[in-house]
Amino acid sequence: MAERKPIAGVTIEKTEKMIADTLAEMPEKAAKKRAPHLGANEPSASPCAVKSNKKVVPGIMSQRGCAYAGAKGVVWGPIRDMIHVSHGPVGCGVYSWGTRRNLMQGIPGVTSFPMDFTSDFQERDIVYGGDLKLEKLLREADELFPLNKGMSVLSECPVGLIGDDINAVAKKMENELDKLVVPCNCEGFRGVSQSFGHHISNDSIRDHIIGKFKFKEEAGPYDVALIGDYNIGGDVWAAKPILEEIGLNVKSVWTGDGEVEKIAATHSVKLNLIHCYRSMNYMCKVMEEKWNIPWLEYNFFGPTKIEESLRAIGEQFDDKIRKNVEKVIKKYKPVMKEVTDEYKPRLEGKTAMLFVGGLRPRHTIGAYEDLGIQITGAGYEFAHQDDYDRTAPEMAKGTLIYDDVSEFELEKFVEELKPDLVGSGIKEKYVFQKAGIPFRQMHSWDYSGPYHGYEGFKIFARDIDMAINSPTWGLVKSPF
Amino acid sequence: MAEKKLRQIAIYGKGGIGKSTTTQNTVAGLASLGKRILIIGCDPKADSTRLILHAKAQDTVMDKVRELGTVEDLELEDVCKRGYGDVMCVESGGPEPGVGCAGRGVITAINFLEEEGAYTPDLDYVFYDVLGDVVCGGFAMPIRENKAQEIYIVVSGEMMAMYAANNICKGICKYAASGSVRLAGLICNSRETDREADLIEALAARLGTQMIHFVPRDNQVQRAELRRMTVIEYSPEHKQAAEYRALAQKIVDNKKFVVPTPLEMEDLEDLLMEFGIMEAEDESIVGVAENA
Repeated sequence: MAERKPIAGVTIEKTEKMIADTLAEMPEKAAKKRAPHLGANEPSASPCAVKSNKKVVPGIMSQRGCAYAGAKGVVWGPIRDMIHVSHGPVGCGVYSWGTRRNLMQGIPGVTSFPMDFTSDFQERDIVYGGDLKLEKLLREADELFPLNKGMSVLSECPVGLIGDDINAVAKKMENELDKLVVPCNCEGFRGVSQSFGHHISNDSIRDHIIGKFKFKEEAGPYDVALIGDYNIGGDVWAAKPILEEIGLNVKSVWTGDGEVEKIAATHSVKLNLIHCYRSMNYMCKVMEEKWNIPWLEYNFFGPTKIEESLRAIGEQFDDKIRKNVEKVIKKYKPVMKEVTDEYKPRLEGKTAMLFVGGLRPRHTIGAYEDLGIQITGAGYEFAHQDDYDRTAPEMAKGTLIYDDVSEFELEKFVEELKPDLVGSGIKEKYVFQKAGIPFRQMHSWDYSGPYHGYEGFKIFARDIDMAINSPTWGLVKSPF
Repeated sequence: MAEKKLRQIAIYGKGGIGKSTTTQNTVAGLASLGKRILIIGCDPKADSTRLILHAKAQDTVMDKVRELGTVEDLELEDVCKRGYGDVMCVESGGPEPGVGCAGRGVITAINFLEEEGAYTPDLDYVFYDVLGDVVCGGFAMPIRENKAQEIYIVVSGEMMAMYAANNICKGICKYAASGSVRLAGLICNSRETDREADLIEALAARLGTQMIHFVPRDNQVQRAELRRMTVIEYSPEHKQAAEYRALAQKIVDNKKFVVPTPLEMEDLEDLLMEFGIMEAEDESIVGVAENA
């Protein structure tokens, strides 16, 4: 891959000085711990020098979530035909209810279950254990919503402390109700971030779901699964049609607008296509080892990456698919040109800084670049080494990389680098907007989306232009 | 060679009954028979491995987790030590009394050992030495499904020890209903009470199990302990060492695994009265003061 063109004014020395100046304002111990998590990008460096997936340094204000958040919010919540039970006190269930904008089709209560089910622990349940209550809950929920295709039981912290055996309850109820009941020991205190919740959930799928069902139709040579697309703002609905247009048969989606019995039958597809590597690579590796299913990472943000990805996918199949790929690329070229013709003149030469979960900073770079925007800083809340290794070549030399960045650090970096846009989470949004800096909330697409696929890029381009070139900014006088 | 079948064994019993001492001496006995064993101490006191390791206190899983901040940074070598007879030793550890959550320490430690591959294929036995009182679900972790399938209860002829044994059987019933855990026998660690062996035999019969061995009281055990050793290692020729070897052999040969039939409190008291440990209650004097 060709190295990114350098960004005016960005050098390794300047970035390193900026990092040193920022660390200098922190207490010695905190600075020492944070130092390895910050760095100037060296595109050819392998592995990427930035340290990751470590415990948060106390007191620095992190944006991270917990294992339960990673399990419920990311992996399980989007599966539409299951009942997802938050097992423990009521808060975790309520505050994770519908917050991630993973859209689903269906009739609520009949074919989809986007409701909040919780065992609502009281003192009594802590003291005497909540096993029996969980059993009763599962039985009643199944009576009330008999068309559900299965249930997930997601442990909240206290369940792990009192040692309730949700695995035994799930097994018993799976027999009694004759449908999938999946235990997930995702107590919030496990692991350093929500990333461990993804891992635990992948393990639950491995131990309790995969292989338990078969697709009704005969297997075909073009059967694929779409892994790690959570249908944020309708992403799946923008991505899946493209794969179908090139002639592939998308048999299941993990887990956006997902159906559990199809997920359970995924072990018979020919290829797994993975979008969010961070949250689902574990199961791709399991299916590769156990059923010899190859997997391929792809990127559906922006036309450049979509074309690259489609060709790479085509390489996995025959001439028929490869021809279709070229046809599809040709068909959408003028559509995409219309988009860039409209927005690029207004966005060319702008810069942006990104800080999101474990995938998007590196995956969206191409889409920004399609609009003429360069990325001067990027980092993740909960990424691991392999994510940073995939990030380094996507960034220009000397740009800033930050892992689990603190509010203080991020504000300081933004102040120094003065980007035209910051893309991050809800906790950062108002800080930067009040400082007069355009901002997009990139976890749930800021109430917009989809951003995946050709359809998504139109909306992405519109939203980014709207944020950066809004006349509002001319009316605000920032004190900073 | 046929693949070895790993036997996972949990030792329960009233606090202070001598579980850790009995476990370590028995394990040393098994090791002297050529068996490969892993001991997992599931008690915040962390005294389940000192006689095997000749150590005052082993670094526990939770100690290291506290030091490192997270479980993820912990390595198996940090907490799994090799002792007498190549016995592998781990202590789960946990907080001092009155703070934190000792039960979670047990869960964390066992999860960690499974994930890190401490249960190597060359092992014949895993022994869980569990805190006397199963005060919360965490201390039942060792008998959840796919963990220990055999339970031995250490007991003596003292009334409270038998009460505790009966209560533990109630706990086993709960887990036996949904899983494969079974009671494998009572180990009588003698306190030299009257007709002790007969009494424990009778209790075992009522519980539907066996007294697998009667370990006589012998101060040689304490003499060995002063040197942080098992009797097996300290004085292999001593008759007490022969007792533990006999117990070890009986465990190797044991085939009697049952779902226990715990006694109602009344029946247990009847049994105790039958052996003269408890006197019949005289309801007419209950609540009547001395000078009334």
